[in-house]
Amino acid sequence: MEKGVGKAETLLVTKEPYYEPQGDEILLFESAYRNQIPVLLKGPTGCGKTRFMEHMAWRLKRPLVTVSCHDDLTASDLVGRYLITAGDTVWVDGPLARAVRMGGLCYLDEIVEARKDTTVVIHPLADDRRVLPIEKTGEVLYAPAEFALAISYNPGYQSVLKDLKQSTRQRFVALEFDYPSTDLERRIVDHESGVGDDVAGKLVKFAAMTRNLKGSGLEEGASTRLLVHAAKLMVSGVSPVAACRGAIAQALTDDPEMLAAIHELSASLF
Amino acid sequence: MTALKPLTAAELEDWLDEELDAVLSLRRTSQAAAAALASVPRDQQDFACHWIAIIAKTNPELAFHFANHAAEGLTRMTKDDAEAWIIQTMDAYDKMGLYPAIAALNEIEAFAAARAQRARAVTLEEVGPVLELFLHALSGRRLKLETGETAFTDTARIHLPATIALLPTRAENLRLYKVLAAHLWAQTWFGTFPGTHPGRLLERCQSLPDATYARELFHALETFRLDACFARELPGLYRELCTLGDRPRAPASWAPWIARLEAASATVDDTYEALTALYGEPLPKPRLYQGVLDPAAVATALAERLEQERVALHNALKAMVQGKKPALDERRFVVRKDETGRRDPTLLFDGQPLIPPPDVRTLMQSIVQDLGDIPDEYLVAAGDGPYAMENPRKPENVWKGTYHEEGAFHYNEWDYKRQHYRKEWCVLRELDVHPVDEPFVAETLRKYAGLAARLRKTFEALRGENATQRRQKHGDDIDFDALVQGFAELRSGRELSDELFVRNRRFARNIAVMFMVDMSGSTKGWINDAERESLVLLCEALEILGDRYAIYGFSGITRKRCEMYRVKRFDDPYDHAVRARITGIKPQDYTRMGVAIRHLCGLLNGVEARTKLLITLSDGKPDDYDGYRGEYGIEDTRHALLEAKRDGIHAFCITIDTDARDYLPHMYGAANYVQIDDVRKLPLKISDIYRHLTS
Repeated sequence: MEKGVGKAETLLVTKEPYYEPQGDEILLFESAYRNQIPVLLKGPTGCGKTRFMEHMAWRLKRPLVTVSCHDDLTASDLVGRYLITAGDTVWVDGPLARAVRMGGLCYLDEIVEARKDTTVVIHPLADDRRVLPIEKTGEVLYAPAEFALAISYNPGYQSVLKDLKQSTRQRFVALEFDYPSTDLERRIVDHESGVGDDVAGKLVKFAAMTRNLKGSGLEEGASTRLLVHAAKLMVSGVSPVAACRGAIAQALTDDPEMLAAIHELSASLF
Repeated sequence: MTALKPLTAAELEDWLDEELDAVLSLRRTSQAAAAALASVPRDQQDFACHWIAIIAKTNPELAFHFANHAAEGLTRMTKDDAEAWIIQTMDAYDKMGLYPAIAALNEIEAFAAARAQRARAVTLEEVGPVLELFLHALSGRRLKLETGETAFTDTARIHLPATIALLPTRAENLRLYKVLAAHLWAQTWFGTFPGTHPGRLLERCQSLPDATYARELFHALETFRLDACFARELPGLYRELCTLGDRPRAPASWAPWIARLEAASATVDDTYEALTALYGEPLPKPRLYQGVLDPAAVATALAERLEQERVALHNALKAMVQGKKPALDERRFVVRKDETGRRDPTLLFDGQPLIPPPDVRTLMQSIVQDLGDIPDEYLVAAGDGPYAMENPRKPENVWKGTYHEEGAFHYNEWDYKRQHYRKEWCVLRELDVHPVDEPFVAETLRKYAGLAARLRKTFEALRGENATQRRQKHGDDIDFDALVQGFAELRSGRELSDELFVRNRRFARNIAVMFMVDMSGSTKGWINDAERESLVLLCEALEILGDRYAIYGFSGITRKRCEMYRVKRFDDPYDHAVRARITGIKPQDYTRMGVAIRHLCGLLNGVEARTKLLITLSDGKPDDYDGYRGEYGIEDTRHALLEAKRDGIHAFCITIDTDARDYLPHMYGAANYVQIDDVRKLPLKISDIYRHLTS
């Protein structure tokens, strides 16, 4: 089973990614970046954390390296490893080392999913030392001023095991994200999908209903991302009720009673 | 079968003559029955003949009557219904004799009608859970669903009839339930009963000469207003509502008033004005989904809640102020209204926004729902009234004098009929199993010597150690053995394998497992022996694995005497004392599962582990002396398991109940149980089950 490598992609964001600020997060991020302080993004899934990072990469004109963390992510997945080519062994940087070398933004998504020991690898990078020691090559990478580290984390998972250690979290400036306010979310859904203001408004209302159910059987309410999915389906000609069922209800839960209730809600709204 | 040609009347008559020979005579022939049966399709003929033969074995006379009615019954009903009709007839014969049975046979029409109604009826029991979620999601205060004679709301509860079979199809009846519930919700959400004047409707109706008429007129007018709210806010629901029959024609003189009520700005004040203006006009037919109004119930519930919530908010604010600097100004709290229509006000403290705890936020939303705003007198952090927001019943009142509750644990229990918890309903104590010094453990190990050795081997292989995996496609370092071999192969003209790395994997088994053992009276005998033997083998296996584990037995009698028997706590070593306690496990009383699950999950939550497992060994359904059985017990257990899941605990059930398939998938989920046919196999299988579960 191929599990070892965290999915990494490097890109210089050339086109402005659409982002609607919820508060002063852009200013905070920029100030942290100037002062070389790493940033922690908190918030539920699908509320715009990744999009925010893309937007900031575009603003700061730095390449963005995103790593989606999973529970098997090891230190060498981040730092790098020797690979073998015909007749030779070659050192290959991991995404984190790459980001440090090119002075980019490294975004570790859902950091709590990674193994606990891997978070320690980022410790020397995340305080004022700003170094990444590469044990296997004996190299020590000094992060340039342009490099920035950002991690994200969803405090909504109420699990003792999926919690950030104090020693990790106290190195970061934390930005809190939440679902956008009604009007803003409506604008976002409309802009992302082109579904029209009226339908976007209904979708946002629908999302609020599912968020009411959080804790009574749903782990999370519908995120903005799900709303955009549903809206896109509608734009392609899927009926609203079918789009809500496929893109939202089924994505949220498997419980038949809950599905029936959510389905009734969407049927009531559209 | 269906492709076969129908039997002719002559063929049928021959067959019937033979079957019913005993009751036929020259003047009493089977000709009529045969002629009738000849007209139905072959599969129905076969069905009728099949039953005629069966009934004839019981009573030929009854079979003769059935033969005469069979064709009619089969054309009126589906086969399933016809079978029910036949079985009912046979039951009548068994209980009361031939003539009542023949009478039952003759009532085809009534029976068919009753069956058809049953087929289209929808019960609150089946739709209740979905409706409750639906209403909860719609926003607003949580409304309790209750069964009632009529459909009405008192703004805290929604009463709905137990069944609805008014409309011709099941789907329509289902829709009626939904629209009915939504309409009653709309009364609480769109301000039919503003909290500023709880008794308004009651007083208004009583001030008019005909109070009943006034109430109905108000209801008809208010329904126009609420329907318009639906059309604006929930158009899908509005369409469904429109399919439930045409809107009753209102007199022409009503038109301007209806237009006014349907405007977006209309409030209940407009309805009252219309009531005054149109008093005396004939009433239109009430709409199917409007239920009734009960102004007295509303006035009581509303007044009660207003008072409770005012006191509760005072106390909540008081708690929030505690620890803050005292200030001269009493009015430190201010509320900023929510303009988006979600009725979610912002609380300001000394001019700074304050994020209230979730229960206070719900409280504030509920107050805004009643009053439109939070009045200033609510915003004082003082008041000595009791915190009466929740059930005011104190645990000590429930078992005062009858039970010494010191050192006991109290747990809620889910009542599926109320769809709410009964607060602090169960009293649970932890007791020690009386240790028994018998050579049971040694005997078991001897009995299963072969198995124990095999278990040791398989579990040793599972044991968590730092393992180096060789020849991996990805890894932390290079596997030089593989590399050397790879180059040799490369030189000899073969392809270089890509499996050239070593991976260090920590197989840390970070598991805590809780075994919950059924110690009810029904386990007496084989089952108890099998449970104890299983535990012995499990303990041996778990000692090899190094997983943390605990064993508790559960039983009890009534909610006031739930008992957990400690066999092994997480910290206890597997020693002589534990073995003696396993030996000492004895069948006790009943099976109240929910409270046991809640207690053990509490213990599991106190353990730090990546994976937490709760494994139940059981022999049957939840069952206790005081009504804890059937659906009640199953639903409470299911709820306890849902709570466990929320805490990240995986629940699994191993049962020897052969009926388990009927209820366990509902409680534990389809993949989370194993049913063992033979008790004696339990010790053989249990370790395997555990291994599968955790690897």
